[in-house]
Amino acid sequence: MSTSTARGTSTERTVRVTVNGVPQQVTVPVRRLLSDALRHDMGLTGTHSGCEHGVCGSCTVLVDGAAVRSCLVLAVQVDGAAVTTVEGLSRSDHQGGQVLHPIQEAFRECHALQCGYCTPGFLTTIAAGLDARDPAVPITEDEVDELVGGNLCRCTGYANIKKACRHAAEQMRQAAS
Amino acid sequence: MKPAPFSYADPDSLDEALAVLSAEGEGAKVLAGGQSLLPLLNMRLAAPTTLVDINRVPGLDQIEAGGSGVRVGALVRHAALLRSAEASAVQPLLARATANVAHPAIRNRGTTVGSIAHADPSGEMTAVLALTGGSVTVATPDGTSSVDWADLFLGPLETSVHGPAVVTSAFFPALAPRSGTAFAEVARRKGDYAVCGAGVMVTLDEDRRVASARVAYISVGLVPEVHDLTDAVVGRPVDAADWAAAGVMAQGLVDPDGDLHASADYRRLLVGALTARTLASAAAEAQERSA
Repeated sequence: MSTSTARGTSTERTVRVTVNGVPQQVTVPVRRLLSDALRHDMGLTGTHSGCEHGVCGSCTVLVDGAAVRSCLVLAVQVDGAAVTTVEGLSRSDHQGGQVLHPIQEAFRECHALQCGYCTPGFLTTIAAGLDARDPAVPITEDEVDELVGGNLCRCTGYANIKKACRHAAEQMRQAAS
Repeated sequence: MKPAPFSYADPDSLDEALAVLSAEGEGAKVLAGGQSLLPLLNMRLAAPTTLVDINRVPGLDQIEAGGSGVRVGALVRHAALLRSAEASAVQPLLARATANVAHPAIRNRGTTVGSIAHADPSGEMTAVLALTGGSVTVATPDGTSSVDWADLFLGPLETSVHGPAVVTSAFFPALAPRSGTAFAEVARRKGDYAVCGAGVMVTLDEDRRVASARVAYISVGLVPEVHDLTDAVVGRPVDAADWAAAGVMAQGLVDPDGDLHASADYRRLLVGALTARTLASAAAEAQERSA
């Protein structure tokens, strides 16, 4: 990933990054945002660009497991990192199918999306938050507020999104016990 | 909503970073967490010619909590400081204020030192640096120096750090004995820029009477403002102190501006309410720590 010598000033870089477990290599202008590199250079359009200045949260992805706004990270900055987008939240069932993350199941169960534009950002943010907590402990309302507080939904489906958080946390608690 | 073209370097030593900053001149800008810089670039409110990304510089991601205080390196993310029990034990105001910094996804990337160097008067950590009487360490090609908070903040988004320089760490002095802290803010949405915020520190004397009550506000002035409210409550036992009177005193000391989000009068009302509330909480903590 890193080299022992200092890297000179450049306007274009080749970025090597693992996205959803798949090694990717793209050559991009250094000003390319991670959100645009994912969408335009790698064809992963699940990540949605909303406000492009860090307010709406719809472009949230995981970089080395931590939720970040992909519009506030340059593509060159993830060289050597592992990125997970909404396309990578589900996992293989080893029978040719996919198992959704509990928060994805919960969004369907609780009708937590309407137009769906903000959904990828909510799913990645909440998935990272739920995966980082002890599933045996019942989730609190404060935790739910913190999980969804950084993302905007203009269909104002917050009540059902919060319901989905509680539902997913409960499913994860039952699975862990 | 895309940055204007720039060139980029990610040196892997501080010396090399300073060399690139020197060579590139005034148009060069340091990139650490980027959570304030990238929005400025995306909105083209800033268009540096070169970004010098310091994320590969070793040794800047350390939190050193000791008896005299907490030193936070330039690559320490807000989330790491928030999680640091060692830092909280030495200066509890750090985690209390950091919990109010933006949202988890921003805290995962943004840095404490970067937000101080950015010098946004609505930035929580600028107020914490001011209230604790902290300082920053600035590295230049000519050597390193320490800059006291009072000499650092010149105006909104403006500090006394100029030329080829990297702010390598911030130092927050430890909480004094018989003292307590609190931090509270009002924002339109939790985690958004505060309409008004207050961090406070209360110290009791050996008879557990109020000896000192100081406050720093965010989103109230052009730079972090520290005000001494001791006169309103001095010599009183914690449960007999008139915290509301301290709030009224504070309202007379500040001179907030109005904007799209809040009128000057509303900000002044919040100054009174947040001051009274946080002082009472800090004083209760000081009393616990005096027991």
